[in-house]
Amino acid sequence: MNMTLTDIIMIVVSVFLLLIAFFAVHEKKLIKSVIFLSALSMLSVVSYVLMKAPDVALTEAVIGSGLVTSLFIFTLLSIQKKEDVQ
Amino acid sequence: MKKILAFILTMGLGALVIISLSNNEFFPEFGMADLTERVSIEYITKGSALDVIFNQTNNPESGPANIVTSIVIDYRSFDTLGEVTVLFISSLGIALLLGGAAIPKRLDLNFKPNFMLRVGSRALFSIIIMTGVYVISHGHLTPGGGFPGGTMIASAFLLLYLADDQFRAKIKGFKIMESIAGSLYVIIGLIGLILADQFLENFLPNGTVGVLISSGILPVVYILIGLKVGSEISGIIDHFLTEEEVL
Amino acid sequence: MIQYAAILLIFIGLYGLLTNRNIIKIIISLNIIEIGLNIFIISIGFVFDGIAPIMTSVNNSSALIYVDPVPQALVLTAIVIGVGTTALGLALAKNIHSKYKTLEIDEVEES
Repeated sequence: MNMTLTDIIMIVVSVFLLLIAFFAVHEKKLIKSVIFLSALSMLSVVSYVLMKAPDVALTEAVIGSGLVTSLFIFTLLSIQKKEDVQ
Repeated sequence: MKKILAFILTMGLGALVIISLSNNEFFPEFGMADLTERVSIEYITKGSALDVIFNQTNNPESGPANIVTSIVIDYRSFDTLGEVTVLFISSLGIALLLGGAAIPKRLDLNFKPNFMLRVGSRALFSIIIMTGVYVISHGHLTPGGGFPGGTMIASAFLLLYLADDQFRAKIKGFKIMESIAGSLYVIIGLIGLILADQFLENFLPNGTVGVLISSGILPVVYILIGLKVGSEISGIIDHFLTEEEVL
Repeated sequence: MIQYAAILLIFIGLYGLLTNRNIIKIIISLNIIEIGLNIFIISIGFVFDGIAPIMTSVNNSSALIYVDPVPQALVLTAIVIGVGTTALGLALAKNIHSKYKTLEIDEVEES
């Protein structure tokens, strides 16, 4: 089969997307799920660059890594603090 | 038992969707899209019969060299107005749910940052703000624009919140800037209605494709959107990190 | 290949929505559905041997073969709206925990 480097990277990224999404849904601890969601967002940035969409890749890189992950972690920290006080 | 049933059901539905999409004559294969059958060819050639050349064409139908920018701000500008409204409504909801503290103070977590972290993060803060302003103001020439640039400004403020234990930004100033930027977007649209007969019409001349000062009011609109998104998300981060002061 | 992965990603998110009881896991599953949907929408507009839809001093004519720019403009809006929805859902989860002292939706009872 005549596959270029781009095709090989596309197949590897697709397999990793499905694996990490399944782990994120099936995990028991909450903090591990949040880290898997952040890794899923980074893999989607790679697939946006492979499909020649630089505007969308820039927006998703800034939002997925910085803002959404930090909002989840702030919520988990304040919930854990309230459970320690009780 | 319920998990196995749910897994089989969703994977079966997924296989059904994949099979029905691959035998369809209306849905093209991956990578074989024909752009001349869609409306996108009108946006790429900017509606003229001659080719649009970078740094040479004078006064085209819409000025930016970045075709995605010309779709978001010029051809489909009303959808961007709707999206700015949705962000405003979500920020309003968060302020109503989490903002009931009479005397707000920072959330008291158990770690104390180092002195060098507190001082050194201010140098990085200025570099991130400068990158955000560059991405916003060159939105019609390079990839980027108002939305990623605004969130870069918000993540600069997130850095200051994380590195310092007692930092609180001036939330009143952010809320005033957010309201003024949002209203100015609608006022520019109404000026376009008065001067050129259509809501959100570009009423300044377009200039040459590819120069920094070109394409009418579009850089001004992107600067307003960038300021609005940045101050909104900074306000959301502040609401998540404050609590009521217990005396 | 990426189109099949995007459709299966949407259905993995739906499976997570059906079987989880914790509110934070439900919000994470909603985010997985949104990521899969955005990848699928952009994969509709891909053209083999096309270039990114920005005119530069190297690709300086509008007669070259470009990738479809309309799905990219739609997904740009959809990503920012996803952030707003997630933030509102997390604020609701925080308030539910401070009132009912639990995060599982089975144990929230009218008191």
